[in-house]
Amino acid sequence: MWMIELPPFIPFFIGAIILLLTRGILRSAVMLAIPIVSAMHLWMIPEGIHLQFIFLDYQLTPYRVDKLSIMFGYVFHIAALIGIIYSLHLRDTMQQVSAMLYAGSALGAVFAGDLLTLFIFWELLAFTSVFLIWARRTQRSYDAGMRYLIIQVLSGVILLVGTLFYVSENNTLEFGYIGLDSVAGWLILIAFGIKCAFPIAHNWLTDAYPEATVTGTVFLSAFTTKVAVYALARAYPGAEILVYIGAAMTCFPIFFAVIENDLRRVLAYSLINQVGFMVVGIGIGTALAINGAVSHAFNDVIFKGLLFMSMGAVLHMTGRINGSDLGGLYKTMPKTTILCIVGAASISAFPLFSGFVSKSMVMSAALEEGFDWIWLMLLFASAGVFHHAGIKIPYFAFFAHDSGIRASDPPNNMLLAMAIAAALCIAIGIYPQALYSLLPYNTGYNPYDATHVLAQTQLLFFSALAFVWLNIKGLYPPELRSTNLDFDWIYRRAVPSALQQMFSVIWQADRALRESIKLRLKIYLSYFAGKNDRLSVLLSRNYPSGSMAMWVAVVLATYLLLSFIQ
Amino acid sequence: MIAHLPILQVIIPLMAAPICLMLKRTQLVWLFSLLTSGLAFAVSVLLLQQVMTSGLISYELGGWQAPWGIEYRIDKLNAFLLLIISGISTIVLFAAQTSIEKEIPKDKHIYFYVLYLLSLTGMLGIVATGDAFNVFVFLEISSLSAYALIAMGKNKQALWASYQYLIMGTIGATFILIGIGLMYQMTGTLNMYDLSQRLPEVAQSRTVFAAFAFVIVGVCLKLALFPLHLWLPNAYAYAPSIVTAFFAATATKVAIYLLIRFTFSVFGLSFSFTTIPLQTLFMALGLIGIFVASFAAIFQSNIKHLFAYSSIAQIGYMIVGFSISSVTGLTATLLHLFNHALMKSAIFLALAAVVFRVGNVQLNSLRGLGRQMPLTMAAIVLGGLSLIGVPLTVGFVSKWYLLIALVEQGWWPVAGLILLGSMLAVAYVWRIVEVAYFKEPVGPPIKEAPMSFLVPIWALVIANIYFGIDTRISVQVAEAAAQSLFGVSL
Repeated sequence: MWMIELPPFIPFFIGAIILLLTRGILRSAVMLAIPIVSAMHLWMIPEGIHLQFIFLDYQLTPYRVDKLSIMFGYVFHIAALIGIIYSLHLRDTMQQVSAMLYAGSALGAVFAGDLLTLFIFWELLAFTSVFLIWARRTQRSYDAGMRYLIIQVLSGVILLVGTLFYVSENNTLEFGYIGLDSVAGWLILIAFGIKCAFPIAHNWLTDAYPEATVTGTVFLSAFTTKVAVYALARAYPGAEILVYIGAAMTCFPIFFAVIENDLRRVLAYSLINQVGFMVVGIGIGTALAINGAVSHAFNDVIFKGLLFMSMGAVLHMTGRINGSDLGGLYKTMPKTTILCIVGAASISAFPLFSGFVSKSMVMSAALEEGFDWIWLMLLFASAGVFHHAGIKIPYFAFFAHDSGIRASDPPNNMLLAMAIAAALCIAIGIYPQALYSLLPYNTGYNPYDATHVLAQTQLLFFSALAFVWLNIKGLYPPELRSTNLDFDWIYRRAVPSALQQMFSVIWQADRALRESIKLRLKIYLSYFAGKNDRLSVLLSRNYPSGSMAMWVAVVLATYLLLSFIQ
Repeated sequence: MIAHLPILQVIIPLMAAPICLMLKRTQLVWLFSLLTSGLAFAVSVLLLQQVMTSGLISYELGGWQAPWGIEYRIDKLNAFLLLIISGISTIVLFAAQTSIEKEIPKDKHIYFYVLYLLSLTGMLGIVATGDAFNVFVFLEISSLSAYALIAMGKNKQALWASYQYLIMGTIGATFILIGIGLMYQMTGTLNMYDLSQRLPEVAQSRTVFAAFAFVIVGVCLKLALFPLHLWLPNAYAYAPSIVTAFFAATATKVAIYLLIRFTFSVFGLSFSFTTIPLQTLFMALGLIGIFVASFAAIFQSNIKHLFAYSSIAQIGYMIVGFSISSVTGLTATLLHLFNHALMKSAIFLALAAVVFRVGNVQLNSLRGLGRQMPLTMAAIVLGGLSLIGVPLTVGFVSKWYLLIALVEQGWWPVAGLILLGSMLAVAYVWRIVEVAYFKEPVGPPIKEAPMSFLVPIWALVIANIYFGIDTRISVQVAEAAAQSLFGVSL
């Protein structure tokens, strides 16, 4: 064959350099060509290890292809292509280059066969993506980006520490099943968990994603959390704790999403909810559950991207994104409305849409393994998703009261990107076998049996009914401009103000102490000054060299003392 | 010729220094110095090659037999150091002529080169010689020329900083001399190898303890170990930029070499680490040094001060590696010695280029410089990443070894602190990035630095990345040197 076995991140990184040197149409062509060429390349690559070398006595494997990694490889290429089409109208080198590097880093992480390579791309993901947030060039986005960066880098550092533990125990860097029976396992789980937006560690996501640029959020939603899901699926399949963490992740964001006004933040919460389904699947760990988790990740990248794109289109055309400011846009943005509804139907798992074929796998697996309560939580979460992402998003943006905004549909490239995503959502929903054939395990699962379809449809209709009823009765939480308190209040408000108070007490005590000492000194000095003028000169003058020499004497004395005492 | 390499290493720059005075024309002197330093570098490459293949080289000066005459003893450790010193010196000299034109008055240019070569001689001599008294002599040669070089800085604070360094340096050298004197009193020999054979017989005497304490404190002063570091920031900040680049990469390294040489080879591992609680002491001082100096670096407004404090912190890492007293720990220290020389020379050379164009290195003057001097600032950022220890740079390699060494001993808390220290490095490097890339430029437009700066700077930056990826050479040499030190002393 004509090709050399290049890890997929290399074309993206090279592409990023080319982008720096090109302008206009040429640059657009390069941007489009890279994911297509790279995807074709990946299509041809057989499974196995393709690149290995020794670094510091350890075997590094920067390129390893197997069923699990290639699945994510494909979807990341699709996401990159869609995102690039969506952002073709931009004239912003910083965003385009960093998006390209970001997509490349995600691919690098997914194909990493050892923990050190994984760590490198883990940190690169953080450093390349933060520019998509900063590219909005407001103080707010700068601050949010900084908080995002700090948390992401922290995750990387924890991963490095975990890796060190792992190496010292197992004497290998290979990235495979890790499990939770060692300190290393727990540390690495925490690192993955931060990137995966586990509860309490999730605020970087809802904080930063809505502050990114219109196009930046589309990229962000596709990669970071899915890399973490991949890593969890690789290292912790069947870890029961993940079932409970995942179930919590599916449920708690619903309450925040319902009261949130910024529609992109609503989507950010629903992203956590969807990732929760995947985490539950990984925690159950059976073939069916892992399949469900992986295929749901695949679908989520596409339909969550579609929803972020449609909300991005609204923000791009109207300059507003709060539910309270929008409404009635269906009249002038009909295409966006329809595409958004396709995304909403997919995320709500309507039969014949992509969400249905993957989410039901996780739920069936939960039932099969006897996690009845978890199954109920997931059911509640499904209803909740439909509620906030399936109904709330399109309803408040495109229908509800007429806000008087008369914005037209977005530029063609944006529409095209959304149309591709929508087509994929429907295609996978109608013909799931195409997706199933890529999955790591063969389970012969069929989502379209009577119980599933009926149960899901019932759920959806009652949920819709509840929304309509609440809305008519005026009981539904109104869209208000407000700041909703989440866990990040602890570290953004409570801890700083507590520290501030603590320090102000300390400073006061310190000041009082120094004042009193100074007073004493003054009294003594004036006493001595009266006695002896030369002494006061000695005391008030600065002798830095003398103080250094004193330190030398102190250290020498310590050494001598220590050696004589023993 | 090959047999005389050890002495050629030292004698070439020593003889070249006075010849500079006769050449008169500055350009010519510069070329001549460059040639000399390049020759010294070539010699050091040959020496390293010879040592790696055939082992220790012993050279008797003037044919006098070893314990009586002066012996030059080249093993893997000092061959490695010789390579670092002469290599950095050569690269730095490339940019010297352009840099000193703006920083040193014209009539002093020739003296600059003379002093530079003398200083180089001193450092090479300290490392090459196997005679304890000879160490003191070369220490004085390198120090005296260093004081004069630092005093050439264009601010009047330079004189004061140099004076302070003079006082402290003299105390340090005197301490070392006292230590050597006490050893001589007990054993009657000055040859290091001979000392290592005879000292164990008298190891339990107080005189030897005192000798050890004096030598260690003197060396620690020279290497700016916390709390004996106070002279360093000012000396580095006010010296001419080229001098800073040269000294930051080499001077403290030589002192660390002396520390290793005296503790491992002369006094011996068992004396140094079991009789005296050197391990705990150095571990504590190294860690405190990392944190105190890194914090201090975060709050500096003069970038040279900032990186000077960072140097003190980096010395802390080397001392921590040293205090582990295992082969891996010592390997980490030696690697960091090499790597830190690469990073700091790249950074300080880039700062020299900034001084050349902007006139100073106050943080405020760097506003928007990322766009005006893209290549220079990129070099500082890459050097900074290396300081932090980002993968694919040399900084990562040595930190990795340090962490592995700590993990081997089961000292997890210390490993955690080391990582925390790296986060502080992120903070001070980020301050520069923020000002240079996210602030609008002020004042008149500034041009990119001339090629005479960019070529050596980027040679060093590329070395930073190259040795971060291909670790075969540096790791192999450092490991071999560390193993041989343990082999000798055990």
